[in-house]
Amino acid sequence: MPDPQSSTIQSTAQAAGELIADSVAFRFAQFALSPISLKARAGELTAIIGPNGSGKSTLLEILSGHLKPKAGGVFLDGQNLHALSPRERARKVGLARQDTILLFSFEVQEFVRQGRHPHLGNSLFESPEDDRWVAWALEKTCLQEFAHRRVMEMSSGEFQRAVLARTLAQRPRLVLLDEPTANLDIGYQVEIFRLLRQLAKSENFVGIVVTHELNLAAEMADYVVLLQGGNCLHQGKAEDVFRADLLSRAFRTPVLVDQNPSSGRPRVTWVAP
Amino acid sequence: MTLSPTRRNVLLLLLALAAALVVIDFGALALGGVHLSLGEVWSGLLGRYPGSEARVIVRDIRLPRILLAMLVGAALAVSGTGLQALLRNPLADPYVLGISSGSALGAIVALWIGGRMASATPLTAFVGAVLTMSWVYFLGRRAGRLSSYTLLLAGVVTASFLSAIILFVLTLLSTRDVRGMAFWLMGDLSVVTDVQIRFLSPAIIIAIVALYAFSKDLNVLLLGEGEAAHLGVNVARVETAVYLLASLLTGLAVSVSGAIGYLGLLVPHLGRMLVGNDHRTLIPTAAFGGAIMLVLSDTLARTAVAPAELPVGAVTAVAGAPVFIYLLRRTSG
Repeated sequence: MPDPQSSTIQSTAQAAGELIADSVAFRFAQFALSPISLKARAGELTAIIGPNGSGKSTLLEILSGHLKPKAGGVFLDGQNLHALSPRERARKVGLARQDTILLFSFEVQEFVRQGRHPHLGNSLFESPEDDRWVAWALEKTCLQEFAHRRVMEMSSGEFQRAVLARTLAQRPRLVLLDEPTANLDIGYQVEIFRLLRQLAKSENFVGIVVTHELNLAAEMADYVVLLQGGNCLHQGKAEDVFRADLLSRAFRTPVLVDQNPSSGRPRVTWVAP
Repeated sequence: MTLSPTRRNVLLLLLALAAALVVIDFGALALGGVHLSLGEVWSGLLGRYPGSEARVIVRDIRLPRILLAMLVGAALAVSGTGLQALLRNPLADPYVLGISSGSALGAIVALWIGGRMASATPLTAFVGAVLTMSWVYFLGRRAGRLSSYTLLLAGVVTASFLSAIILFVLTLLSTRDVRGMAFWLMGDLSVVTDVQIRFLSPAIIIAIVALYAFSKDLNVLLLGEGEAAHLGVNVARVETAVYLLASLLTGLAVSVSGAIGYLGLLVPHLGRMLVGNDHRTLIPTAAFGGAIMLVLSDTLARTAVAPAELPVGAVTAVAGAPVFIYLLRRTSG
């Protein structure tokens, strides 16, 4: 199992576009995240998979710089994320979660515009450059026609695109998504992942996705991290991580792993009970 | 409808609202127990013909009252807007955190003690407001910082408790004092002094402007505390500041005019229907909207059954709710 030595971490991280987590550990009352190290590259999509309660969301919060680990550090392009102020961090790190409250009816373009908040500085109003990035984010996620639609009136799939657009508008170097395809149909699932992978490449950011969609992770991710019970069971390319024995153990149910006939990538199927 | 929040639009909005307010003020100055013509209002304002009836009515009687109505209306509406964002609850109003109850208790204690204290009710009311504000703030903290949820609960519990005490003290007052207190509880703009206006104007205006500075943070805060934090908002600082400013605005308003209801709840929503949810356009709309609504209500309160007066809080309730229902049906239909 790959385990980068901490002394070489910071020097190698000067290279453009890398997120390095060096032995980050955490502890809640009932749960402990053992020291985990990983490296994610810009232009690539990294997937974090694992059963419920394995620590995926906790790890994501630590990687975002928001949750301070009890041990270890997180470095983006060589910079310690936890040493930044929330605003500086928000200029580099975009985190899309599931808990947006929609009590007040914003328009899509207002919603996406919130992504420029970290860049507004002392000004109360957006600059023409901010407006340009908002338009760009809407275009990249194909939401131009939806710009004046109310966010509450969108379908889940369309709303996920809006969340992605808002994260993009931040122009981050690191994009973290916590289950962006929960509750979406298979068409939207594929669309979101494909968009993510394409944007990670074109905008050269580090993309990290926590997901339950094992086959999408196998298909679209360049690097996979498998967690279980707060530990990293294995990490590497999809072909290395998607092994029947590992996955069956992690998810407590027997699975088979073969290949997706259309792409050759690993495909997980559960064994009929 | 959403008014795009650009500098230009906000300036145009301010001009339009200010113009509307001036027109309504002129109308309000003209109406009353004695109806004046606009010409008489104008000369009364300018101070021509010293000693004339018009001048006395306009300058000494109506103008201070209208100024107070503008200040209190703006204060309550902006406070309601801020609290609806802070608590992420469209049903929040300036009184949900107990300030009006604390203020009322301060006033009623002064009345009960009687004598010289009775005339100091605005002061004791304000002290009551400040004490309640501090108490609810202390209760509303969880893990060292304000939590919208805990704050709301703390406010509601405190308000109920204080209301019960108020009802109890009411039984100890004389009948005449009870009537005075009842008027106070419903909102009363008739007792206004120059000192109050001179103190209130800068305090309320500064507090409103300070709250406006947090507009873009309030927009993001509406998405949730977690989302806001990830977008770089210093959630703890913004929540504390908004809480203090909104409570201060409410405390100032209620101490001089009692608990005028409905404004703080309705005006923000009317504002949202007109210009949208962005606080950069909403707060100015709420401020002027509140001022306009209270001037109109107060004018109605003192002309409808002249020479007697209706309590202005009753007018805002009776007039405000149907207006709101009408607009609600129009937008959702």
